[in-house]
Amino acid sequence: MNLKGEKTGIILAGLVIGVIASLLVLFGNPANMGFCIACFLRDTAGALGLHRAAAVQYIRPEIIGIVLGSFILALGKGEFKAKGGSAPMTRFVLGFCAMVGCLMFLGCPFRMIVRLGGGDLNAILGLIGFAAGILTGVFFLNKGYSLKRSYQLPVLEGAILPAVQVVLLVLLIAAPAFIFFTEPDGGPGGKHAALIISLIAGLVVGALAQRTRLCMVGGIRDVVLFKEFRLLTGFAAILVGCLVCNLILTAVTPGTYFKAAFAGQAVAHTDGLWNALGMYLVGFACVLLGGCPLRQLVLSGEGNADSAVAVLGLITGAAFCHNFGLASSADGPTANGKVAVLLGIAVVAVIACANTFFQEGKKN
Amino acid sequence: MKTVDARGLSCPEPVILLRKAMASKESAYTVLVDNAVSKENVTRAAQHQGYKVSVSEKDGEYTLSITR
Repeated sequence: MNLKGEKTGIILAGLVIGVIASLLVLFGNPANMGFCIACFLRDTAGALGLHRAAAVQYIRPEIIGIVLGSFILALGKGEFKAKGGSAPMTRFVLGFCAMVGCLMFLGCPFRMIVRLGGGDLNAILGLIGFAAGILTGVFFLNKGYSLKRSYQLPVLEGAILPAVQVVLLVLLIAAPAFIFFTEPDGGPGGKHAALIISLIAGLVVGALAQRTRLCMVGGIRDVVLFKEFRLLTGFAAILVGCLVCNLILTAVTPGTYFKAAFAGQAVAHTDGLWNALGMYLVGFACVLLGGCPLRQLVLSGEGNADSAVAVLGLITGAAFCHNFGLASSADGPTANGKVAVLLGIAVVAVIACANTFFQEGKKN
Repeated sequence: MKTVDARGLSCPEPVILLRKAMASKESAYTVLVDNAVSKENVTRAAQHQGYKVSVSEKDGEYTLSITR
């Protein structure tokens, strides 16, 4: 295996993904939200009427593209394999809890980097919490945490989530009356790049992430666990690509794509403690899941039914967050959201302990 | 020679299991995995530790022979 070539590959992929994330804002996505797996799953949940927050309803083609990009490439490379059966309900709950944390912070780990690249300093607090959450998860991994093995499944099992993406694409294009779309000036859901641009962006990012195994959680986790910097290099490359492209866009277009400040950032709030605690929950839950929300989408495309269940957990979590007033807004976190994040941390801690210290038939 | 059966497990578990096995400082290990990502991760980890790795594949399962 060529380790050096691998590193160059992930740096190039990270740079391309960072630039795409920046350009999507130029083409119409909300500011500092070229990509956000949490926000986009939430928007899609809203479009399907799973929640009725009118400001955030749109079937995001980026999500469709990521899953299908990974699916197509995995098929081509002979890496598509239907498998599952490794603690699906636990993964659903972990996905749910991760989304509660994401919507406290207002972004998944991917958007955290994109926000940093746009100068949103609140994301630094998020990053601190995120790293602390990952460290907590790594403690359990080192103690033997495991959700046990997965098994090979019938092909259909792995193909369902990719097939659902095709259905979503049809619904997006056909736009029947029962699908909800935010009005163009009605909130973040109304801001989006043209369908074809978003879809292609998603396909490219999905394919690159499938090839490079890019994962925001894996980046920090592997450095702590193994002193392995490969994934973190990709993480850093996304930041550099996005930041540089934002600075160029700010210089050559009338718009502002980079503004280093805490206050006045788009789709963000300035409550540092809760930004950190939200991302702590995300980091902790995602280490136990084995990857960040982006990685769960990519793995779903490769036929991993366990990751598909985690994605369903994320979507359900998003719907609950908006139905029960758990999601933050630019005004800050809600009281319900704070309670939910603390409960989420408790639930994830119980899952971590149960699968580390109380495993049946544990061998030592 | 120690054998680590990491089939069905996904990253980072196979590497953690290998590292735990490597605490015994043997000169050769066999690791069984069933996905390309684990194959790459285990190979990378073993190479970092100065081992040579050869891979054989059968029915979507990989056998990694790790030697000094």
